Amino acid sequence: MSSTILQTKNIYKSFQDPVEIPVLIDISLSINQGEFISVIGKSGCGKSTLLYVLSTMDTDYQGELLIEGERMRGKSEAELAIVRNQKIGFVFQFHYLLNEFSVLKNVMLPGLKLGKYAAREIEDRSYEKLKMLGIEKEALKKPNQLSGGQKQRVAIARAMINDPLIVMGDEPTGNLDKKNSDIVFETFQELATQFGQTLLIVTHDNEFAARTQRTIEMQDGRIVKG
Amino acid sequence: MKYSLLLDIARALLLARWKQTLVAAIGVTFSITMFIGLLSFMSGLNDLLDGLILNRTPHIRLYNDVKASGKQPVDLAAEYNGYYNFVHSVKPKNRRQEIYNNTPIIAKLKSDAAVSGVAPKIVAQVFYNIGVVSLTGIINGIDPQEENRLFRFQDYVTGGNYQDLIHVPNSIILGKGVAEKMLADIGDVIQITTPKGARIQLKVVGYFESGLQEIDKIQSYASIGTTQKLLGESDIYITDIQIKLKDLSLAPELARQYEKLFDVDAIDIQTANSQYETGSSIRSLISYSVGITLLIVAGFGIYNILNMMIYEKMDSIAILKATGFSGRDVNRIFTAIALSIGIFGGALGLAFGFGLSVIIDHIPFNTPSLPTIKTYPINYSLKYYLIGGMFSVLTTYLAGYFPSRKASRIDPVSIIRGK
Ligand SMILES: Nc1ncnc2c1ncn2[C@@H]1O[C@H](COP(=O)(O)OP(=O)(O)O)[C@@H](O)[C@H]1O
Ligand SMILES: [Mg+2]
Repeated sequence: MSSTILQTKNIYKSFQDPVEIPVLIDISLSINQGEFISVIGKSGCGKSTLLYVLSTMDTDYQGELLIEGERMRGKSEAELAIVRNQKIGFVFQFHYLLNEFSVLKNVMLPGLKLGKYAAREIEDRSYEKLKMLGIEKEALKKPNQLSGGQKQRVAIARAMINDPLIVMGDEPTGNLDKKNSDIVFETFQELATQFGQTLLIVTHDNEFAARTQRTIEMQDGRIVKG
Repeated sequence: MKYSLLLDIARALLLARWKQTLVAAIGVTFSITMFIGLLSFMSGLNDLLDGLILNRTPHIRLYNDVKASGKQPVDLAAEYNGYYNFVHSVKPKNRRQEIYNNTPIIAKLKSDAAVSGVAPKIVAQVFYNIGVVSLTGIINGIDPQEENRLFRFQDYVTGGNYQDLIHVPNSIILGKGVAEKMLADIGDVIQITTPKGARIQLKVVGYFESGLQEIDKIQSYASIGTTQKLLGESDIYITDIQIKLKDLSLAPELARQYEKLFDVDAIDIQTANSQYETGSSIRSLISYSVGITLLIVAGFGIYNILNMMIYEKMDSIAILKATGFSGRDVNRIFTAIALSIGIFGGALGLAFGFGLSVIIDHIPFNTPSLPTIKTYPINYSLKYYLIGGMFSVLTTYLAGYFPSRKASRIDPVSIIRGK
């Protein structure tokens, strides 16, 4: 049994709109090192909200979030930024690449922020990640010169640059056609099997979910399975 | 923290919007240019106008005033001691304007550490004779060397050489206005009459032009010896002692001390010319207000461009925060953008401001009342460049403060959810 890297205890979150509407109810889950997990559920059931809480971007919740056994509650905004930088890679439905920078520089940015390696080394590592995802030829292009599938793979490379504890994805294939979705899925599969990368991917694609090791199913803010 | 990374990001955002950025920077450049140009010019003008008076005015003048004695005989009488004595229509007694014991006074002043120079002077009332007409006038008996050293006498001698006062016996430098009335050229001999009735012939060796026509119509200069001779006085007679200090601001205090010490009247430059100080300070005030107003307008330009940039770059800010940049980092990125606009625009402004000053400095400016001035005056003081540079950085920092703070507080979740 491998170690638990992320754990929640009775997370509850609600929106005031204008009456209190609970969105996450009693979420308790554990994620182990090297797991490839998919999260499914109807639209509006709270999947994105859960991911924002788990990624430390959303701090407005009740209950406990522990990353590598460390409580996230009570940390300052700057401390949480460091946690995200070191330990969490995020891939969104939209790529969020900066058009001012080259593809390579986009991948490098979180690495430069971490500052663990010299800029020269970060560049090599970024290039490696792009190669792993089969888009090293596009390294010096601007993101807006790339296709949708390519952009999403750059976003994955960016999520991977600091060798994160866990990569989270919020419907990363949601904007892609079947062919590109398959490529992205295979990419995740490869990261999981070959590199032992822990992955937590929200998807509405049941076929995708069926091919992951573990599936968490949500319904009206609760985890009903997984 | 790696500032270079934040600067790198700031530069990329800035270059992506370089046209708007340039417009904002030009705003700063323009205002700093005007600020430097205006202040250098105004200050040059101040120096010029002050110089008209201050350069030629002793910091302290010792003299004997014609005035009634403060102690009337009744005050000295023992039996009226302790009473209030009222004496009407008090007249001054016939007292000579000579400063007694002036040789030891001058020697003492010259050894005073606060004093940078002492020049004796005789002020003599005379009549200039033009045919049958007599004009009242004043001849200043001076020590030409000292007068030149302390009060730049030769700047105002527009014709002839001031040193001829020493070399040519019985010589005079006429005020320009006096010379015109007397139709006297250099080398001519003119006649004057003293109040005692003596008629004396003097040789014109130069013209004097102070810039103040009222003065030039009345005053002339001769050496001390010549003046003593025409007044029929001995060679120790002088009426004024002009003192120049190392520190002008000490004048009022020292004037009071000398008055007591030497038992003479003393007037300081501040009291004698208070109106000039006021004019100078108002001119500076106007220049500063115009300069600062321009900078504030430029500041709003920067404020606008930053707000626009932040609005456009919401996504970028969100992803930077999602990937581990803190609010503080984002704040620094936008502050760096604001400051680089300010520093770039400000530095250009300082350079252009210097250029503008040089141009103004070369515009011809000829006026008969200011013989030594040929172009508009400029003060190239480094002070204005320092103030201008500081102001440009300060205004851009303030203009960037609120937009940067707004950017740092953007909640990435709300942006990402919106997509
Ligand atoms: N800012 C908000 N204010 C009020 N309700 C919100 C807000 N954001 C999300 N919700 C609600 O929370 C619920 C869960 O949303 P979300 O997590 O995006 O669902 P999913 O990702 O599973 O489609 C939805 O009903 C949505 O309407
Ligand atoms: Mg969602």
